[in-house]
Amino acid sequence: MLGEGIIKGLAETARNFFGSYLTKERLTTVQYPEERLPQNEAFRNFPFLVFDGADSEAGLRCVSCHICEKECPPKCIFIEKSKDKKPDAVGKPQFYPVVFDIDVSVCMSCQICVEVCPFDAIKMDVEYDYPTEDRFAALLFNKHQLAKSNDYYHQIHPTEASAVDAALAAERESAAAKAAATAAAAAKTAAAKVSAESRAVKASPDSAVESITEPPLSGGDGL
Amino acid sequence: MSTTYAPVSEPITGSAPVTGRPAPRPATPVLSGPDLPEQYLELSMGPQHPSTHGVFRMNVVLDGEQVVKLKPVFGYLHRNHEKIAESESYLGNMPYTDRLDYICSITNNWAYALAVEKLGSIEVPERAEYIRVITGELTRLQNHACLLGFLLQDMGASGTPLMYAFREREKVLDLFESLTGARMMCNYLRFGGCRVDLPPGWLNRAKAFLADFPRFLDEFERLLVGNEILMERTQGVGVLSRELAISAAISGPMARASGLNYDIRKADGYSIYNRFSFRVPLGSHGDVYDRYMIRFLEMRESVKILDQAMRDIPDGPIQNPAVKARLFRPKPGEAYGRIESPKGELGFYLISDGSGIPYRYRVRPPSLINLTVLEDLCLGHNVADVIAVLGSVDIVMGEVDR
Repeated sequence: MLGEGIIKGLAETARNFFGSYLTKERLTTVQYPEERLPQNEAFRNFPFLVFDGADSEAGLRCVSCHICEKECPPKCIFIEKSKDKKPDAVGKPQFYPVVFDIDVSVCMSCQICVEVCPFDAIKMDVEYDYPTEDRFAALLFNKHQLAKSNDYYHQIHPTEASAVDAALAAERESAAAKAAATAAAAAKTAAAKVSAESRAVKASPDSAVESITEPPLSGGDGL
Repeated sequence: MSTTYAPVSEPITGSAPVTGRPAPRPATPVLSGPDLPEQYLELSMGPQHPSTHGVFRMNVVLDGEQVVKLKPVFGYLHRNHEKIAESESYLGNMPYTDRLDYICSITNNWAYALAVEKLGSIEVPERAEYIRVITGELTRLQNHACLLGFLLQDMGASGTPLMYAFREREKVLDLFESLTGARMMCNYLRFGGCRVDLPPGWLNRAKAFLADFPRFLDEFERLLVGNEILMERTQGVGVLSRELAISAAISGPMARASGLNYDIRKADGYSIYNRFSFRVPLGSHGDVYDRYMIRFLEMRESVKILDQAMRDIPDGPIQNPAVKARLFRPKPGEAYGRIESPKGELGFYLISDGSGIPYRYRVRPPSLINLTVLEDLCLGHNVADVIAVLGSVDIVMGEVDR
């Protein structure tokens, strides 16, 4: 019969239409600005800089190594390295970024920067509400806008943040153990040296401490 | 005029081409400009036309309603992808491949990863191969669902089928988002594996989606298969002969709808596709209707592959530990990696000079090459049929123009 196929199709449409009153499955629309779906934990949008502790300046994990700047595919990161050094979380003097800018109008949220960062200093944010009337300055995020606390990181990506914290703690521990071992070994050699040499010569006790110059974290290779 | 179609790997036996339609005419040499004969009208369709899937222009010469000449004009979305890639590191190119065919980013990643893996002779762990197959076939499902929706929308079924298709697609995108962090620009595969492992519960959610998916397919088929208007609009329209498909290097569902038994998953057996039992659907007429139906059949086969892959997926590492993502420097040489993307043969050709960036980077995009026969498909048909033919080719302009 001509028109049979059309009627069958319309029956299907009707089933969906009336079904939308009965089952949640057929009514999938979410009234966006008022209703919002819960965010996936893995969701990523733009990068931010993680800092430990309370001070967003002193606690910044970034050591200004320029790896993310070089690896960023659309080149949206701009870093200026400091002249002086400040102590990082382990207490080792490190450079820090004087300027760290991300142009989020260029950023394509690929998270390559997160993958290549050897210091776990840059992570992906989940914030997506950035409406603005200014096309340029308002979308160029500086160091202060980008710095967010480790607690915030735990809030948005709990699993990932815990893993990162555990890895960092392990690294810190091994670095501390290594430093202790080196210090002990150096003290031993110094002691041996002292005893071997004639007592008339006085050994400097400070010479042992200076040998700890190895970086605690592996990374920054080749660049 | 009811239509039946035989099970997979048999030609689709649609009803005979609709009679009463004028037979396609051979191309007549028509010149535009002042030499255009008076009865002809030259019309520029696009670039901002809702049916052109982006910015694509067709210069059509019409005799009344009939197309006598058609010239596709592309390049509006050219982004210099290949040249940019020659100044980026191997890793840095991965997110750019997402933006080629932005509907199926994971299969783009896959083709590129395959080419780099050939270049650097990299092994991929077993679990990563399974994850690639699972995400790749999910990509195929959502691409075909999208295409059917778009095609029907172009032919005037305003909204309804497209919304049903998008409803299903959204479920796949949710799975992608919880796995990769992004709905469309996944940037998921890495050389020698995948970026992250499946989160807990992901596989169960994917299984639940898959159990529900055949119901959507049945529903979608009931919605329009056998619909007289659809038959009239699609059967016998835009016929692509098997010979032309071969000589024009057409690949993917479009070639298979013309009866060409060529599927790279079977022909190359790349990754682990030779472990799964699935069949390659073939069409017999090569018209828009066959191209429409072949997508349904392919989705059913993809569901089979997914069922097997999700059943067999082993535990283990997801990344070859010998491969560092950053500072990857393959030996000098060249490699061509190709996969059966949802749209056809997607290939990446790379030449390495031993440095950290590719010396030459070339994409073989299925959308562009399938689009080259557009004139042959459209000659002699009405203007409205051009829209249906274009919709059935399945193009994404991001891939055509690159």
